[in-house]
Amino acid sequence: MKRHLLSAADLTRDDAELVLATADEMRSLADRPIKKLPALRGRTVVNLFFEDSTRTRISFEAAAKRLSADVINFAAKGSSLSKGESLKDTALTLEAMGADAVVVRHGSSGAPHRLAHSGWVRSSVVNAGDGTHEHPTQALLDAFTMWKHLGGSRPGGLEGRKIAIVGDVLHSRVARSNALLLRTLGAEVTLVAPPTLLPVGIEGWPVETSYDLDSVLPKADAVMMLRVQRERMHGGFFPTAREYSRRYGLDGKRMATLQDHTIVMHPGPMVRGMEITADVADSDRSVIVEQVTNGVAVRMAVLYLLLSGNEPAGSMVEGEE
Amino acid sequence: MPSRDTATTDVGRVVLDDLDITRALTRISHEILERNKGAGDLVLLGIPSRGVPLAQRIAARMAAVEGYDVPVGSIDVTMYRDDLRMKPARALLHTQIPAGGIDGKVVVLVDDVLFSGRTIRAALDALNDIGRPKAVRLAVLVDRGHRELPIRADFVGKNLPTSLVERVKVTLAGVDDVDAVTIQGTLANTDGEGEA
Repeated sequence: MKRHLLSAADLTRDDAELVLATADEMRSLADRPIKKLPALRGRTVVNLFFEDSTRTRISFEAAAKRLSADVINFAAKGSSLSKGESLKDTALTLEAMGADAVVVRHGSSGAPHRLAHSGWVRSSVVNAGDGTHEHPTQALLDAFTMWKHLGGSRPGGLEGRKIAIVGDVLHSRVARSNALLLRTLGAEVTLVAPPTLLPVGIEGWPVETSYDLDSVLPKADAVMMLRVQRERMHGGFFPTAREYSRRYGLDGKRMATLQDHTIVMHPGPMVRGMEITADVADSDRSVIVEQVTNGVAVRMAVLYLLLSGNEPAGSMVEGEE
Repeated sequence: MPSRDTATTDVGRVVLDDLDITRALTRISHEILERNKGAGDLVLLGIPSRGVPLAQRIAARMAAVEGYDVPVGSIDVTMYRDDLRMKPARALLHTQIPAGGIDGKVVVLVDDVLFSGRTIRAALDALNDIGRPKAVRLAVLVDRGHRELPIRADFVGKNLPTSLVERVKVTLAGVDDVDAVTIQGTLANTDGEGEA
């Protein structure tokens, strides 16, 4: 693995499979009386969140604490960040505090890249969502959830699986990271959205695209619904919310056309009644709550593989002494 | 087995062959049962990778003698190692604690080679986070000496005096091609296979 995790494209097939296998071991920790491992004792992980996020920050915090790392939370509100301090000065402060890893969420695409490659900090940088660009650990936890359900937890388990990602692809960093990672793992991704919500340059992505949800659903092994990100929309991307729901929302009737083994996913936060109806979100097919649980295990795996040694993990080493 | 016909590759000297290993495991199984006065309360935990098949073989022999399936599991000690941060981050191996847990049980740790004792120390720490056994015992196929910690094995397949430059390699059918314990000289490969 590289020293930073900035993009899902940073991960090779071996790296990605290593993260999944490691996360699988981390997940068993949840069944133990003492949910703590000593691997990152004495390391410091800084959560640097310029954008509001509850689940991602809590997930990273739980992951770091379960590995015995010390966690410092830096939120934009109520800190010097809201007083106009630059990214650089914040980074220098973190460096002076001796952070081993910086988990960064920023509203601007590329901010984690800047932090990692400007020479301001020596720590590993983990992208926890930058603008509309990428969110690699979300993609890893989505892939992990699919791998557990569809891939039998085996290496190469997602090879040839058909994944539909539906909704606001344009504003979604989750969609981009998922498309890249799932392709790396050998899955076939179809993005389904109205033409106005597909990004320019989509032809260059390693995916199929479709405007017709009903034709894609019967073939999919997993369906991931994306939230319509109204806070990022400045203009008319579709006529009305109701029309969007009718054409691109997942309701009980559409769910009935899915194959028996197909799972329904959502990266959260979901808007019930918009992209997904309540009966679908609460159905047996829905693995939305499980995705949150898996998020902690996957982030533990990422932090462990980046930080536990004197350099990040290479390829799988068998029979270590 | 590769033949030892070339001078450039050191395939080593075989000190235990498949029959020797089978006999040693049978004796260890009986010793554990005798010491424990039966198979009740026993839990066998193999240390990956080669401690796990050894634990399974011991359990199979116990089942043949006692007519009782002793719970077998595995315990990965990677995250408890004292040299964790001195090397590149390492892949985790599988931990599988039997359904009954280890609280109040007699846990027998099983490993292939006992060397510095640091792996066993890590395993004791790992056990500490999983539960509180009534007692912990240690069974190893080979004890090669050179302890760096006050740790000893309760059940030993073979005591093998070695020099520090030598390497002890354990191969087991199922994981590797054949059952064998070999000693290699200074020309040995460096992947640390099956050594502890």
